[in-house]
Amino acid sequence: MLEKARAGRGALLIAPTGGGKTLAGFLPSLIELAERPPRNAPAGVHTIYISPLKALAVDVERNLLTPIREMGLPIVAESRTGDTGESRKARQRVRPPDILLTTPEQLALFCAWEGAREYFSDLSCVIIDEAHAIWPSKRGDLLALGLARLQQFAPRMRRVGLSATVDDPDLVRKWLGVTQNPPPEGRDLSIDLVLGSGGAQPVVEVLVSGGRVPWAGHTAEHAMAEVYEIIKGSKTALVFVNTRFQAEFAFQRLWELNDEGLPIALHHGSLSAEQRRKVEAAMARGELRAVVCTSTLDMGIDWGDVDLVIQLAAPKGASRMVQRIGRANHRLDEPSRALFVPASRFEMLECRAAADAILENHLDGEPPRIGALDVLAQHVMGCACSEPFKLTDLYDEVRSAGPYADLNWEDFEAVVDFVSTGGYALRTYDKFRRIVQTADGLWTARNAQARQQHRMNVGAIISPATINIRIGGGRKPVGGRKIGEAEEGYFEQLTPGDTFVFAGQVWRYNNLVGADAFVSPAPNDDPKMPSWGGSKFPLSTYLAGRVRQMMHDEREWSALPGDVQGWLSWQKTRSAIPTEGEMLLETFPRGKRFHMVCYPFDGRLAHTTLAMLLTRRLDRLGVGPLGFVCNDYALNLWSLRPMDELDLDALFAQDMLGDDLEAWLDESFMMKRSFKHCALIAGLIERRHPGAEKSGRQVTFSTDLIYDVLRKHQPDHLMLRCARFDAATGLLDITRLGDMLTRVKGCIRHVALDRVSPFAVPMMLEIGRERAPGDAAGEMILAEAEEDLIAEARP
Amino acid sequence: MTRFEPSACGGLRVALANVEVMLRWSGAMWLEGERTLIVADLHFEKGSSYAARFGQMLPPYDTRETLDRLDREIAQLAPERLIFLGDSFHDGQGETRLATDDYRRLEGLAVGRELIWAVGNHDSDGPQSLPGDVIDEANIAGLVLRHEPLAGAQPGEVAGHLHPAAKVSSGRATVRRRCFVTDGARIVLPAFGAYTGGLNVLDKAFSNLFEGPVMAGALGPRRVHAVGAKSLRPD
Repeated sequence: MLEKARAGRGALLIAPTGGGKTLAGFLPSLIELAERPPRNAPAGVHTIYISPLKALAVDVERNLLTPIREMGLPIVAESRTGDTGESRKARQRVRPPDILLTTPEQLALFCAWEGAREYFSDLSCVIIDEAHAIWPSKRGDLLALGLARLQQFAPRMRRVGLSATVDDPDLVRKWLGVTQNPPPEGRDLSIDLVLGSGGAQPVVEVLVSGGRVPWAGHTAEHAMAEVYEIIKGSKTALVFVNTRFQAEFAFQRLWELNDEGLPIALHHGSLSAEQRRKVEAAMARGELRAVVCTSTLDMGIDWGDVDLVIQLAAPKGASRMVQRIGRANHRLDEPSRALFVPASRFEMLECRAAADAILENHLDGEPPRIGALDVLAQHVMGCACSEPFKLTDLYDEVRSAGPYADLNWEDFEAVVDFVSTGGYALRTYDKFRRIVQTADGLWTARNAQARQQHRMNVGAIISPATINIRIGGGRKPVGGRKIGEAEEGYFEQLTPGDTFVFAGQVWRYNNLVGADAFVSPAPNDDPKMPSWGGSKFPLSTYLAGRVRQMMHDEREWSALPGDVQGWLSWQKTRSAIPTEGEMLLETFPRGKRFHMVCYPFDGRLAHTTLAMLLTRRLDRLGVGPLGFVCNDYALNLWSLRPMDELDLDALFAQDMLGDDLEAWLDESFMMKRSFKHCALIAGLIERRHPGAEKSGRQVTFSTDLIYDVLRKHQPDHLMLRCARFDAATGLLDITRLGDMLTRVKGCIRHVALDRVSPFAVPMMLEIGRERAPGDAAGEMILAEAEEDLIAEARP
Repeated sequence: MTRFEPSACGGLRVALANVEVMLRWSGAMWLEGERTLIVADLHFEKGSSYAARFGQMLPPYDTRETLDRLDREIAQLAPERLIFLGDSFHDGQGETRLATDDYRRLEGLAVGRELIWAVGNHDSDGPQSLPGDVIDEANIAGLVLRHEPLAGAQPGEVAGHLHPAAKVSSGRATVRRRCFVTDGARIVLPAFGAYTGGLNVLDKAFSNLFEGPVMAGALGPRRVHAVGAKSLRPD
């Protein structure tokens, strides 16, 4: 790293956790700063360190201050995050620290400062920590744009990325580096790759509790007693789960078994920040024996004492699992220990596949990143707040950022027009422009109000609108202590009086006032459990392929527990095991219904999209589809009439991604959600409004209304394009569905059965587990309510 | 208890203070005998109001969307009288921000029929240059039409202002819709405008209006569903 720094080269350092990456990143800066000759004028910021986590920035500050103090170096290192006090922020503005530790969102704010160019003109190095976690996301887009901006301010700035092991380092290098345009002074600003030495191989085991694996489920409840025993036998364990609900569930079950009162804690994103900090601090002091946690602990602060990582339910991807395992034992010479606890038989296959992939060091690949236009809109507004810009110069600057290298001029212009006037064909807002052209043709923010509004709405993280959970309510709904937050939709599932589990306790839901849900403790009640969704992460393409292969290759079966082996051979005799290239599709009657179960193994999102589209087609074919359920492995549709005789190749023809998809997509809840996210990032709607006050009575004006109107009157609007793009790549996984339809073309293995097959049993058990109300379901609810009313009216 | 009867058009026929009225799934109320169509809280130019006041560029198509909805009702019912029950514009300047073709369409609504603008709290002066009569309240067919419902017993009152919405749950699923709300003596209409949200009918703003048990007429895609008080849920 020192060599690269002396040569003035950017570098991407890839090393496993515990390899001293962070220090390696800082060392060149510390040396440069220590050797710096005294100057008369106060120096500007020399090095910016950017971490995806606020807590990590603060932690690194602490770790950096120790060597600086011990060696008596004349270096000032300070953090600046959303939590930093106003006086410290103001002082930093006047007297910049040598090393500034911060987050991507703060960098976006710097870019919108008036006078940013001068402030950062001395900058010589930017260090991006946990680069593997940031780059393939909208935060990564925003950060890449911020780096391009800083490079304009400080042409000699070096870029340094620190990353855990990734499948394709070149993608991260491209993201981190300067693309395309010749850099100023003709220097080569591409990024060199530095590989740290690999650590010891982790030891990964799969737990088969009591020698059996349940047919279906997501919680691994069956194995809890054994998990508890294993926690007892280790120093400190991190128990990872995939959703907050699973975290609450596992935490509660473990405490029911916790006769010895072991200090077991809970950590997930909905708990209040204060509670999370407490758990982290107790963990750092070595006071805890286990923490049940979600992805909130996937990265960040190092804890030396963790000696075991337990993954409850399937890991969904090998790369994420390697990160999680890396949290155990941050010493390179000792292997990390990990234990997978599958919650169902299909998960057993997946856990086995993940364990093998980790041992062979096969990680999930990411597709190259295409920068999002909603993020670009936010950045353009930020630039206009900072200083007037020339359109062509900004275009070149933006294209120097990896994710935007291929941005065409038309899209860029459309984004600028959107920022200025909203980009509507009906040019009503030309007189209200947010950015305007000066006499010499430069673009700048309209006024101070526009600047302030932008600064309050910076960032590319959209947390769903949250409701505060407070103790209190009943007759006197006055603000009690806040115990955490829940997503907006959560309380819609509950009726006042219902009980639920949160932060490891049972609560009664009293009422909702504005953005506060009031609850009271209900320790003796049996909680009403919310529906258990599976993982929010889709099964990775790589693991899915591996599972398909493992299923088909009987030699692999011996590594599986007896009941799972039996299940596979039973499936082989009763129905069929598909070959690697085939997709199995079974049809059978059950009760008064006819089922179609198919097994693409492409993740719940892609399956749900497929099921929606198949339902439309089956409806047109007169089969009378009634419903469906999906999980990561398969989908199960049922109908009024048999489906044995259908032309399956036609049913699964790729043209379903045409009109059917468009028609369904535009109505879908997912699309509305992704529209809302894009609109928030692009500044079309605002998270916070300066001086805006909430009206006493909440007449909510939802983005769904805006979406419906825009879709009807300008379907090609930039925000709808952004929303469709996101839905296609993210929420609905249409890209993956498209790949799947190509893969199974002509390779559908149809087995018509007279009854349910062993593989289909878990899919039958999924029925009734969850069902979000669509429009049709909504009508049914209202129709039922009307029947009740009519019955009531009857004499 | 409110007397109601579903109609073939998807609407709900309701006896309101002994006057028969039709609640349309569009959110409008139809007085067949008077050939009068009543819509409340259109909030025209709500989108552009955000752009003008805060520089927030919401899609400016809400006015034409609301006009489209109105046109569909007019095409089906051919009313001789059209009553806007207040808050027709989102703010006092709304009229000046209308796109030219939207302005013409609004003018056209007064051609061949009586157009009446009841004033509301958002548009207390009524329109300045658009055609039509500006009134505070009207008495038609024994009903009293005004924007804001008055406290206490008001038999025969038809009002808007509150943007009622009904929430109904069944098991795990919940649905929330704009709605009419009535006790058979008086009624509050849902907001008709494209950008108007809803206030739960169990909110205390509704509590001193009704004496008898309330019934909500929840708007579905093609019909109005009668929902009894027992099925209503708070937010």
